[in-house]
Amino acid sequence: MGMFDKIRKNQAMISVPLGAAARKPARPSQEAAIPPAKSKEMSPEDTNIFAKCPACNAVLFTEDITENQMVCPRCQHHLRLSARQRLGYTVDEGSFVEMDAELAGNDPLQFPGYENKLRAARAYTGLTEAVVTGYATIQGEPVMIAVMDGNFMMGSMGAAVGEKITRCVEEATRRRLPVVIFTVSGGARMQEGLVSLMQMTKTSAALGRHGEAGLLYITVLTDPTTGGVTASFAMLGDIILAEPGALVGFAGKRVIEQTVKQSLPEGFQRAEFVMDKGFVDAIVPRRELPGRLGQLLRLHHQEVRHG
Amino acid sequence: MDEQMTPVSAWERVEHAREAARPTAKTYIDGIFTDFVELHGDRRFGDDQAVIGGIGRLEGRPVTVIAQEKGGDTKEKIARNFGCANPEGYRKSQRLMRQAEKFGRPVLLIVDTQGAYCGIGAEERGQGQAIAENLQLMMQLSVPAVAVLIGEGGSGGALALASANRVAMLENAVYSILSPEGFAAILWKDAARAKEAAGLMRMTAREVYAMGIVEEVIPEPPGGAQEDVQAVAQAMKDFFLRSLEELDAMDTSTLREDRYRRFRRMGDCGLDPQNG
Ligand SMILES: [Zn+2]
Repeated sequence: MGMFDKIRKNQAMISVPLGAAARKPARPSQEAAIPPAKSKEMSPEDTNIFAKCPACNAVLFTEDITENQMVCPRCQHHLRLSARQRLGYTVDEGSFVEMDAELAGNDPLQFPGYENKLRAARAYTGLTEAVVTGYATIQGEPVMIAVMDGNFMMGSMGAAVGEKITRCVEEATRRRLPVVIFTVSGGARMQEGLVSLMQMTKTSAALGRHGEAGLLYITVLTDPTTGGVTASFAMLGDIILAEPGALVGFAGKRVIEQTVKQSLPEGFQRAEFVMDKGFVDAIVPRRELPGRLGQLLRLHHQEVRHG
Repeated sequence: MDEQMTPVSAWERVEHAREAARPTAKTYIDGIFTDFVELHGDRRFGDDQAVIGGIGRLEGRPVTVIAQEKGGDTKEKIARNFGCANPEGYRKSQRLMRQAEKFGRPVLLIVDTQGAYCGIGAEERGQGQAIAENLQLMMQLSVPAVAVLIGEGGSGGALALASANRVAMLENAVYSILSPEGFAAILWKDAARAKEAAGLMRMTAREVYAMGIVEEVIPEPPGGAQEDVQAVAQAMKDFFLRSLEELDAMDTSTLREDRYRRFRRMGDCGLDPQNG
């Protein structure tokens, strides 16, 4: 664990995930700097053939990383994934049926510049919002699944994200299916103000009903999961899994440092640390996730419900 | 009312909400309830003094009271961590809400916090998890829950105690996703633009009301609540009584459905109509 923290140190919190660059050959427009193109480790040329691991700095063939499910073959650092990539690695091929694909938020505060940012994020990711939801099977087990996308405005939760997740959970309750949510989020969507805050209650309420119906909810925390998402559906799973090294916390590191005026302990807010404190059930490497999810789903499989 | 939409006015509200002389939760507990007995501790880790909880009477009827308290003088402010609760505060709140449910008491909440505490221990003890559970429990309560925001309503730390059937704000209270300073720092990397942020965030009571996020705005005297605490306490009491009268008429499932619907409709405006 100690070594792990060390190799993570160089990674900027908001560096462009290699996944995004490798997936999208087109450069994001100036506006799309929302998932900020800050990573000086990458230039347009090396996104095609070479990529540098933000953790161990090894220069690798992009292909070697993509073929390893975006995990650095040298240091096992788990690079961030797009929602589509995640679905591809997780659900049974051809099983995913997307719901609410076109559902998009509006601009409830008429916040200056927000419309443009949304437009740019849509162009950059090919998504309408920061979460993809639908029905799928994982190792043959049917689930309703929601996968957040950190490339879309840092995976922040606004009205549309809250609405999509709520609908996904409500559908699961109606169809008596388990819910699996992959979280990655910078927290609430600032530009939607209080409306985005309210999504915390809305999603938690839907999950409460799902739980009362005796149905299983599994969360998979991925890097990074913070703010209002941590303080709502991310932490409400019957079973909470996390990817190795994922940053998981409520408050941001800088905010905490400013508040307490001291430096933070080694490995603070990493999945291993959060598990040590009792808030995560298991840390599961990416390659093992479908198997582990399948196992857990089978253990909860409800053939016939009485009553 | 239009002048309240200008940035200057929004910032003035923020200043009002933060004023040293502004009455805190204790004052209102004294002014609204009789027979109040404070109950301490979360039975897990400790007693968070940023949250006051207990049982009292509202016009003779036993109720559970949960309030965020910033503290009066400097010493008390420090003891109460300036109203910024740690996970223990949210777990104390959960414990008292479950207790209220057991005995069929309504839960009345007084919200006043800059936000949940952002400390090392808070993270270690699961600040996010504590807030999430508190939100979810509030939505599942079988008894009525009514909240009033009296000063600062900051972020998930405020929402955790404001996920109620009915919510009101005092006229000079503010309610926002985070402080205007924090908002400006995140969005523009410049906390000094807080005033400008306040003007855009729609955080004043009237703006929040206009968005349909609170049911009522409780008027304050000119100069703020401190100018006539009795009158403001009475107005809060009236809001509690009025809300309970309405909620008492509902059976448990209707009451829960009412709360679910209240939040379910938030943020569905203008979404793709084909799915609506
Ligand atoms: Zn590496």
